[in-house]
Amino acid sequence: MDEKRGKIQMKPLSRAYAALVYLFLYLPIIVVVLFSFNTSKMNIKFEGFTLEWYVKMVHNEQLMDAFFNTMSVALVSTLLSTTIGTLCAVGLNRFEFKLKKMISSTLYIPIVIPELVFGIAMLILFSFINVSMSLFTLIVSHVTFSLPFVVITVRARLAGFDKSVEEAARDLGANEVHTFFRVTLPMIAPGVISGAMLALTLSLDDVVVSFFTAGPESQTLPLKILGMVKKGITPDVNALSTLMIVGTVVILLMTTLIQGKLEKRDGIIN
Amino acid sequence: MIKKGENKAAAVVMIGPTVFWLMLFLMLPLFLVIGISFMQKSAFGGVVIKFCLDAYKGLFHAEYLGIFGNSLKLSFLTTIICLLIGYPFAFVIARADKKWKPILVMMVMLPFWINSMIRIYGWNTLLRSQGIINESLMYFGWIKAPLQMLYTDGAVLLGMVYDLLPFTVLPIYTSIEKLDNSLLEAAQDLGAGKRALFSRIILPLTMPGIFAGSIQTFIPSLGLFYIADMMGGAKTMYIGNLIKNQFMSARNWPLGAALSILLIAITLVLMRLYTRVGSLDDMV
Repeated sequence: MDEKRGKIQMKPLSRAYAALVYLFLYLPIIVVVLFSFNTSKMNIKFEGFTLEWYVKMVHNEQLMDAFFNTMSVALVSTLLSTTIGTLCAVGLNRFEFKLKKMISSTLYIPIVIPELVFGIAMLILFSFINVSMSLFTLIVSHVTFSLPFVVITVRARLAGFDKSVEEAARDLGANEVHTFFRVTLPMIAPGVISGAMLALTLSLDDVVVSFFTAGPESQTLPLKILGMVKKGITPDVNALSTLMIVGTVVILLMTTLIQGKLEKRDGIIN
Repeated sequence: MIKKGENKAAAVVMIGPTVFWLMLFLMLPLFLVIGISFMQKSAFGGVVIKFCLDAYKGLFHAEYLGIFGNSLKLSFLTTIICLLIGYPFAFVIARADKKWKPILVMMVMLPFWINSMIRIYGWNTLLRSQGIINESLMYFGWIKAPLQMLYTDGAVLLGMVYDLLPFTVLPIYTSIEKLDNSLLEAAQDLGAGKRALFSRIILPLTMPGIFAGSIQTFIPSLGLFYIADMMGGAKTMYIGNLIKNQFMSARNWPLGAALSILLIAITLVLMRLYTRVGSLDDMV
């Protein structure tokens, strides 16, 4: 095949253009990271290199609380949504029943409706049943918006799944639980990891839903930034943000790596 | 095959938790929103349980109509600018060397995984009157006094475009990826020039991607109230902020609920339009 034909050639110009768009995407991230190492107290000019803000950050109790809240909500909600979401995906793949279609379409509702509407819906629910906002309400709402993504991701992986392997395990005397953990789960592992990663990043990234479901004692980092911005943000917030950025990148790279490995393993099996 | 009776329990254990969860924390809250939109506001910021259409009538208030206008204009401009920036960008990535493509795509996804509040805060730092952009412009002597960039409508538009650009780029990228090279070759063999090749072949074939990208940009743009809070002035109000205020400060829940229903209605109309052209699978 002639690779060059059929392409529109505009190499140097298109490269410059792409570089410019990437710069646009990364500029604010670079700025946040850069100013976390700045000697100046204000986020205005870069004056010199320091690690002072990272020390200040650790001693800033409010900021550490925000960090703790962000992480615990993300981890607990990921664990919950991945567990019940994976079970649901496997169940939907295995069983045939009347309401199956309805459940499948309900799963698309949180993906389609605006986050803002979901946020206020949760606010209304919790005030109706008289539950005050806390880490608990944050976790519940985060599980709700990430659950469908987990189910859909795991189901996509199950689409190419050979049911006879499960049946063989059962014929050979394995019970349901055994079959699930020894046969089904290892086969769908890449899908489960994708789903979990999606849930984790959705939770870490959320602003809108958290805004309505966090109490004064359970502010997450983004909510803290929003609350501080008009008064002026100190660079210790940049330090914590930088750690979050690095954490996100590491999670993303690790999952890509693990998935690559798992897919390679599957390639050998199949 | 699986026998029915003995596996009913297994099915309930597996699917039950998710169904229960979605009923309790998704469907019930949404029905509550619908219910509240038909109730009356009480003097103390709560609701009076009595059926009425006050909240919906309230939507036609001149002040709110102006706010809807602002929001639709902002969302429309955001979508158009994202398409204009995103289409050629997606094209360059899709036609890049095979070796580089996964890295280039990953580089589009990466900022999108990092918390958007942190990134918008970065823009806030850049645009301040004593921020880097103003300082550099003054350093080079191009301007004498700092420009008022932050807390303007333009800054909100910038924040929106920035936040939503990956949502526009990725579906378009997928549709360009799917382009059949032999079709392009055929068109060229039959004498199509570059312009004809683009407008008669490439553009129509990538329409599903353009449509998916537009919808994925337009719908979230209506609800991103925090970008206006971080970047905008107090003068211009958008529908997202209006809804937020009904629940946080103004305490008019029925109006806020009715506005949310309006938002859902706009979303559903757009989705309906979309499913006529493309399939839902192109969205993800």
